[in-house]
Amino acid sequence: MTTLNVNGKVLSVDVEPETPLLWVLREQIGLTGTKYGCGVAQCGACTVLIDGVPTRTCLRPVSTVKADEKIVTIEGLSPQGSHPLQKAWIALDVPQCGFCQSGMIMAAAALLASKPNPTDAEIDAAMTNICRCGTYNRVRAAIKVAAQGGDAKRAGLSIQHTDGSTT
Amino acid sequence: MSAKFSRRRFLGTSAAAAGGLVVGFHVPFASTAAAQQGVATPEINAWVVVKPDDTVVIRIARSEMGQGSLTGLAQLVAEELDCSWAKVTTEYPTPGENFARNRVWGNFSTGGSRGIRDSQAYVRKGGAAARMMLVQAAADGWKVPPSDCTASESVISHKSSGRSTSYGKVAAKAAKLTPPTDVPLKDPKDWKIVGKRLARLDTVDKVTGVQVYGMDLKFPGMLNAAIKDCPVFGGTVKSVDAATALKRKGVKKVVRVGDSAVAVVADTWWHAKTALDALTIEWDEGPNAKASSESFAQALKTGLDAKNAVVGNSVGDALATIAAAPRKIEAVYSYPHQNHATMEVMNATARWTPSRCEVWTPTQNGEAALAATSEAAELPLAKCEVYKQLLGGGFGRRGATDWIRQAVAIAKEMPGTPVKLIWSREEDMTHGRYHPVTQCKLTAALDEQNNVTALHMRISGQSILASVAPDSIKEGKDPVVFQGLNPPGPEASIGYLFPNLLIDHAMRNPHVPPGFWRGVNLNQNTIYLECFIDEVANATGQDPLALRRKLMTSNPKNLAVLNAVTERVGWDKPAPRGVYRGLAQTMGFGSYVAACAEVSVSDSGELKVHRIVAATDSGYAVNPQQIEAQVEGSFAYGLSAALYGECTVKDGRIEQQNFNTYQVLRMNEMPAVETIVMPSGGFWGGVGEPTIAVAAPAVLNAIFAATGKRIRDLPLKNHSLKKA
Repeated sequence: MTTLNVNGKVLSVDVEPETPLLWVLREQIGLTGTKYGCGVAQCGACTVLIDGVPTRTCLRPVSTVKADEKIVTIEGLSPQGSHPLQKAWIALDVPQCGFCQSGMIMAAAALLASKPNPTDAEIDAAMTNICRCGTYNRVRAAIKVAAQGGDAKRAGLSIQHTDGSTT
Repeated sequence: MSAKFSRRRFLGTSAAAAGGLVVGFHVPFASTAAAQQGVATPEINAWVVVKPDDTVVIRIARSEMGQGSLTGLAQLVAEELDCSWAKVTTEYPTPGENFARNRVWGNFSTGGSRGIRDSQAYVRKGGAAARMMLVQAAADGWKVPPSDCTASESVISHKSSGRSTSYGKVAAKAAKLTPPTDVPLKDPKDWKIVGKRLARLDTVDKVTGVQVYGMDLKFPGMLNAAIKDCPVFGGTVKSVDAATALKRKGVKKVVRVGDSAVAVVADTWWHAKTALDALTIEWDEGPNAKASSESFAQALKTGLDAKNAVVGNSVGDALATIAAAPRKIEAVYSYPHQNHATMEVMNATARWTPSRCEVWTPTQNGEAALAATSEAAELPLAKCEVYKQLLGGGFGRRGATDWIRQAVAIAKEMPGTPVKLIWSREEDMTHGRYHPVTQCKLTAALDEQNNVTALHMRISGQSILASVAPDSIKEGKDPVVFQGLNPPGPEASIGYLFPNLLIDHAMRNPHVPPGFWRGVNLNQNTIYLECFIDEVANATGQDPLALRRKLMTSNPKNLAVLNAVTERVGWDKPAPRGVYRGLAQTMGFGSYVAACAEVSVSDSGELKVHRIVAATDSGYAVNPQQIEAQVEGSFAYGLSAALYGECTVKDGRIEQQNFNTYQVLRMNEMPAVETIVMPSGGFWGGVGEPTIAVAAPAVLNAIFAATGKRIRDLPLKNHSLKKA
């Protein structure tokens, strides 16, 4: 049995040690918010935080993750999507198909944790995830909104939400 | 996802079980009797369900794959319904229900940027008819004429008596009324929901990990499958040694799928995938085992001067004019195979029994998916069902059904057990439905004053329709080949007027299966024409904008988007130091688009696309902020293709296996995009695709301005932009 700390819970899974963490999260633990995109750590759809470090889990054998290392997936990032990045993502209507967005948000969360007010160059360096729909500019804008206090109006998109607010 | 093998639970909680009623109208192809069958509510309506708490459920027949038409279609219905937008939810009817109800929801196919433009008329009527019936029901209760009542924000009011009621309160009565036959629609100037920058209805679950995609489905007792199809298209399985794989943990079965593929079924997908990799498969690679991109290019080259070609557009006598011209300009361009590379790989979950087959899959064409399920299951349509899942990207790939047939074939080997087939990225990359390859020779005739007196475009290459719908090829002509080059008309017409014009096609079909790839043939045709116009401008010493304007006098809509772009970018003023501009315009999928790219190229040849200004006239703009998202996304997709997109063939098989060898644009290369949404009214155009086509030529023309290098074949990664 392998012991993992996932989203604050200690879990035991019966799985071969070489199994990538991605598939343990998805198939043994049932957390499918973390996505399979390429299996070769190119696209970043499988990104989670391990002790705060953004990690592409599709190539990471579960045996190399220690029991006391804290794994955070998109499901555990915040209660009810309340992380500043998730709020900014909603305010700017960032996702299109949405498939890559879990990985995008986890990569961005790691970035803001280490660089609370990142420059464009720092965003470029940290955000190497692939999005085929092409949400990149709204991703960048949402990171800046989250970094700069959450005022989504400054992004200038003028989106009307069902609660009557405009961002 | 529910443990029940049905979405009835979903429908049930949304309408029937909640005691609400369904109101609606008749469409010409609807059969009332059929419409009543199999539905738990006393339904007279297809599009609108109103629950007692005033929640409005709008049925969406087209697929959502990120393009936002789920929200846009709901806006169109809600506008005419005059309901409160805050109370709107949506659901998909199933293809099986559409079949059972004589296609009451019309076409489910979601491609060609048709989601909004082809369904707007009947979905708006659905909303309007429902509103009329709700108002009628309220008026009947008050014993007043409906014409004395008004509806707004889900509330019906009778002004003179001061009475009012809500949609939810009268929905049950409204559902029993005879649907109106005369259903007038609002004047667009009165729209309150359509045309607004509304937030999408499907965002929240996508940022919390809650959204379930096809790949994420779980059912009790479900098994997982991984598959390997013959790496050479047209090849077959000669033999499989499954002994080792069958001994591996979790493996249940090794299955031959058709004559060309092998699948492993296991408890988890990871077990299935690793066991598949452990199989020893001997292939008969068939007649295409030696084919290569080089052999395709040679074959296509023969088409550039071939005698036999099919004419797509002809004005005057281009060939004679060219033959007699004092000056000619000629250039040959080409466009490679490309994979759609949706972020979510192909997948489907199927459950087969001798009496029923059900499939859960992300599909752009629910009805084709149902037909494929029926065929593969060897069961009649009425005994099959497809549950559409949100697509993790489509771009045309998911209009096909190849993976659905595979999933059903595998499930058939495991009766009663749901089996989820997920392709590996490598399988997805090497078994796509690729952007067709073509070449194009362009020849322009010039008179003594440098006026273009004739243009001949000879396209040689692959036909999508010849592969996916061969019956639609009449007298050798695939009309889709001429996208963006058609005679004047509402669809994909050429934006320039030449006194003599010939556009013809010599079909050459490599064995690699082509498919509709976001933007389709508008992509390469716009590169060919827009770069060549630039070449003519350069060769004749004319400004690229001035030449275009001269040729576009009879096409004011094309000209308007081009003018909007060049005004915004300040074409008549110099660009910032070191920055160079390129233009492109086209018309396709019913819309007019133009773009100006601003690029710089360093001495070492490094390209930077700084900014793109783009304009779209789609006639009407249902949700401008989502149109902006589509335009931005189109540049990401189009520039990915321009910079990197190329699937090469060696020994009959696709060489690129994954994103490490099939790179796409990432955030550091994404330019700033300024989108001008300029709906001129009177027509309905699509927005998901047309802008893709201007991405590459605008950048290529800017690269020429920056370097003097004219790139005529893509992708750019194969070229050095280094200063000579």
